Amino acid sequence: MTTQVEAVKAERSLGGRIVSVLSGTAVRVFLAVVALFWLVPTIGLLLGSLRTSEDMAESGWWKVFSTPSQMTLDNYTNLLKDETITDSILSSIMITVPATLLVVIIGSLAGYAFAWMEFPGRDWWFLGVVGLLVVPVQVALLPVSKIFGAVGIFETTVGVVVFHVAFGLPFAIFLLRNFFAEIPRELLEAARLDGAGELRLFFRVVMPLGAPAIASLGIFQFLWVWNDMLIALIFADSESPPITVALQQQVRSFGDNVQILAPGAFISMVIPLAVFFAFQRQFVSGVMAGAVK
Amino acid sequence: MASANAGGTPDAVLPPVPNRKSVTGTRKGMAVLFLLPALVLLGALVLYPIGYSVFRSFFDKSGDFTAFGNYKTLFTDDTILTAVKNNAIWVAVAPTLATGLGLIFAVLTERIRWGTAFKLVIFMPMAISMLAAGIIFRLVYESDPDRGVANAVMVGVHDTFAESSAFPQAHPSTESPLKSAGGGAFITREPVSAGTPVVLPLTGVAPDNMPDGAESAAAAKPDPDKVTGTAWQDFTRGEGRGKMNAPDKTEFGYAGIKVEAVKDGKVVASTEAAGDGTFALPEAADGAQLRFPASNFREPYNGVDWLGPTLITPAVIGSYLWIWVGFAMVLIAAGLAGVPRELLEAARVDGANEWQVFRRITVPILAPVLAVVAVTLMINVLKIFDLIFIIPPNSSKDDANVLALQLYNSAFLDKDAGVASAIAVLLFLLVIPVMLFNVRRLRREGRR
Repeated sequence: MTTQVEAVKAERSLGGRIVSVLSGTAVRVFLAVVALFWLVPTIGLLLGSLRTSEDMAESGWWKVFSTPSQMTLDNYTNLLKDETITDSILSSIMITVPATLLVVIIGSLAGYAFAWMEFPGRDWWFLGVVGLLVVPVQVALLPVSKIFGAVGIFETTVGVVVFHVAFGLPFAIFLLRNFFAEIPRELLEAARLDGAGELRLFFRVVMPLGAPAIASLGIFQFLWVWNDMLIALIFADSESPPITVALQQQVRSFGDNVQILAPGAFISMVIPLAVFFAFQRQFVSGVMAGAVK
Repeated sequence: MASANAGGTPDAVLPPVPNRKSVTGTRKGMAVLFLLPALVLLGALVLYPIGYSVFRSFFDKSGDFTAFGNYKTLFTDDTILTAVKNNAIWVAVAPTLATGLGLIFAVLTERIRWGTAFKLVIFMPMAISMLAAGIIFRLVYESDPDRGVANAVMVGVHDTFAESSAFPQAHPSTESPLKSAGGGAFITREPVSAGTPVVLPLTGVAPDNMPDGAESAAAAKPDPDKVTGTAWQDFTRGEGRGKMNAPDKTEFGYAGIKVEAVKDGKVVASTEAAGDGTFALPEAADGAQLRFPASNFREPYNGVDWLGPTLITPAVIGSYLWIWVGFAMVLIAAGLAGVPRELLEAARVDGANEWQVFRRITVPILAPVLAVVAVTLMINVLKIFDLIFIIPPNSSKDDANVLALQLYNSAFLDKDAGVASAIAVLLFLLVIPVMLFNVRRLRREGRR
């Protein structure tokens, strides 16, 4: 009896193994095709950006596989000579760096206050901030443009930065408050006994311990601002727009200017992709946590 | 989404959390100092605009009170109504597909060794801007199959299974021995006979568009047992038609064109022309009329008009999936890592097949994760702007319209603050359930 059962089991597992080998191959082929689907658009942009506009008008980017001699860096050298593009990269940096630093600093201060300070209604205030997480930026576009107009920072770099900071804060506070709250109380008490004041405690103990969360937040906010087009479209100085808006202006005459659009888009992707590959873990955790925005 | 597990619950709901009492003693002034910058910014730029939008939405473009007039406009104006409908399609379709694909990829990658590399590839588009993705897909969707890769693939697949014709524009000239046979086919006016070579001149194909293998046209040799002839391009660029109705060295043969011999409406023989345009049919064709079937002249398949008015929304949703499936996949994979292996093994030992394990165990356990992913994507899709600003060409912009784009147009192009505010309020109302859900979840987690 037992041997029979064993035999049946063995048979089934053999059959199962054959099936799983077959389906394993099918799965591999399927996923390989999917990966190809995901890669081809970006490869197309890259290879397209390396061809002259005449070649692009005549045939698809895949022709470079049969005639690799078509590849040239001319589009890139021309683009980097074009001041509107180089200036726009500079503008992007001028917007992104302060918008990231300010969100980290202001968010950390508030996150610490919500985690470790005592004041009436603390947790209610915090819930209010959490509620603001999902407010669409669209709600604020028109009212804030009026406020900025009244204050005199509409269509300035300062305005774009301030807008990004305000809408970056709910997530920053949410993330940092939760992280700071996990810091062991003993560490803070020890520092306190050593005579550290509130500010010292914040800068010397809380900020260093919060580094992992701050890194995730910083990377997320940096990419968010760098990749933004809508807010810059409305609030940035039209004389010195960031790279996304500069490229968007080119899209209007799509077709005649692939030699600017394709390499331009690729240049705008270089920094995010570098950040992505360098800080995969922080990037993923930042994007995961911040996707509610 | 981030670990939100410690504290965070109003005292009214919870017993006070003793271990997070200030370690520095209570100095309210200090707390105000720490909170002030954040609260001022949030109050002025996030909270106040909500109130302002609600208020402004009850007044028309010029500032006169209209009660719900602007909201009525949202559902009566054609362009805005398209935006409402498209948004509904987006919210229903995009998150579902992204979550479904994310689930499939997450489950399948568990079984391969290069799963991490695969995830990296799928997640990569999350790093780049929607603008760059828009430009990428504008190129992908170019309608000319010689330029846009989507149509190049479509045409490639199509032509593998269905023969394409080589001579879409070819037609006989007025003095030709051929006449139209209806439906795009051409037929000889007179019956042909064996031993007398037939000439079948056509025009209309540019020399560069001649199929591979086309050679200088040649007159066919007479063969008493066969019907022979030549089908060729009776026209030379620059020189016009050399000798009319006679093959010429400078003219090209219609390599591969199909020729049928028709007697009493029935095809009795058929063949294809050689590179020089010559062909030979068996004796059975004697006395028949020769016909070029319509398949020779059918317009070539050119793929799909992705950026045209009918397909534009699905096309843009496609580009959205390219970006966001990676997000869904990574979140679901993280959830999947928490599914107890023993449970799956036990089911397999009990004889469940892979599909049953997936359907009956994996999916139910993952349901909360799937819900969070889908809801997150719904909020995201509600605000979709950049892709629709970039991908549709002007001709199909209105057909691709969505609320976020309409809000931008109303506010900054039409300068209609009333309608813009009404759209803003509508978007805000739609996220309120999620807002409440977030707050409640946080309170629940604090209670644990």
